[in-house]
Amino acid sequence: MSKIRTRMGDGSVVEVTPDELRNELVTGSEDAADKGQVPALDENEVDKLVEIFSAPWRIVGVEPGHEVPLTKDETACTLISSQLSSGAHLPISREAAIEVFERVFAFDTMELGWIDYSFKPAKPMVSLDQVSIERLLATTVFPVLYGAMPNMGLYYTPDGPFTNPADLLPLMKMDEAREAEMNAAELCREDMVYMCQRFDEIGADGIDFDTTASAGDADFWATLKTVEELKKTTDLGIEVGMSGEFILGMHGEVEYDGQRLAGLFPHQQLKLVEKAGADIFGPVCNTKTNKTTPWNVARAATFVKEVTKTATIPIHVNVGMGVGGVPMFETPPIDALTRASVAMVEVAKVDGL
Amino acid sequence: MVARMQLNHRMRLPEAKKYVADKLKVSTVDLSDSTVMRNLREELDIGCVEAIPGLAKGLAAKARIADLLDIKIACVEKLKDKMP
Repeated sequence: MSKIRTRMGDGSVVEVTPDELRNELVTGSEDAADKGQVPALDENEVDKLVEIFSAPWRIVGVEPGHEVPLTKDETACTLISSQLSSGAHLPISREAAIEVFERVFAFDTMELGWIDYSFKPAKPMVSLDQVSIERLLATTVFPVLYGAMPNMGLYYTPDGPFTNPADLLPLMKMDEAREAEMNAAELCREDMVYMCQRFDEIGADGIDFDTTASAGDADFWATLKTVEELKKTTDLGIEVGMSGEFILGMHGEVEYDGQRLAGLFPHQQLKLVEKAGADIFGPVCNTKTNKTTPWNVARAATFVKEVTKTATIPIHVNVGMGVGGVPMFETPPIDALTRASVAMVEVAKVDGL
Repeated sequence: MVARMQLNHRMRLPEAKKYVADKLKVSTVDLSDSTVMRNLREELDIGCVEAIPGLAKGLAAKARIADLLDIKIACVEKLKDKMP
């Protein structure tokens, strides 16, 4: 029986039989269905994924006419940063790097970001980022966003002013831990609103909040409140990209619009992001490195399909290192990456990547 | 252009493609055809991938795109505010 070459979630090659492939796809989807309480992929959708993963070619693509636009996080770090951002450290400016993304890589949008890509460290440099964006707005044709991570954890000690909840929780200081989280969330919100309004002043097309909720439910709350404020006071287009498929309940009782944030899955996160007023939602599904890529992609497609089914705003799923079914490896193999991308377009029906 | 309609006008993909295709008077399939779009972008002077002397670039291209798509682009509006 011929074998199908595919990958594990850590990027290593593995071969499976056609029956094993189908079983991986079905069980991956069932895992998502069970965790998220969403429908599993139907037989036609599984057949489509079998077709995608059985293709003998290294690179696969969507059918003509099914192409989708791209938005991107982590700015041009791929070109200018080092291994810490999977970057090639080319000695070129951020502005030149972004123009390369437009003219050489044919991206549909790009974002500028500070090299220390979080709102807190970027705040002192906002005027430098403002003039960089102004320069790019003058020279490029595609939409230019400003991107950064809320990264609320930076507001805890030793990097920030509030005692780290990780130090308080083992001492059973639950109330103090929650107070620290909400104080950090409020300061994070203030900083994000301040910075984003600076970019609206100079005509940026939008903002990308990357890895939203990385510090848990209070981090998600801070971003939603920021989006709400920005939609009232600016003309910015706003993309909210998540950090994980599940909101960690570090606080446990934070609510937005009467909805507790801890434990929300992508289709539930979407509703709050829409309510806050965001324009694009980027769901995340985390790759399990000890499972195959077909398992991971089917799982991710199951979660995302439920998002696109009910969305009123465009859905740009995160498909990259360790998310969207793609292996968790700093140079993701192109065979796995293109298959995950095609699956998201053809099965999960996303509006972009 | 499709990405602009998504980011700044919240259009889902089919609506965004149709909007842009209708404004450009092409089919939605043509939007992804590099041969069609390369010629069309030069004809409409809305920015090409190659650097061609005399063709609109940067803000000039975006001003033409804003007019073509009947939308406002923030940086184009900022430029108009600066004009004497």
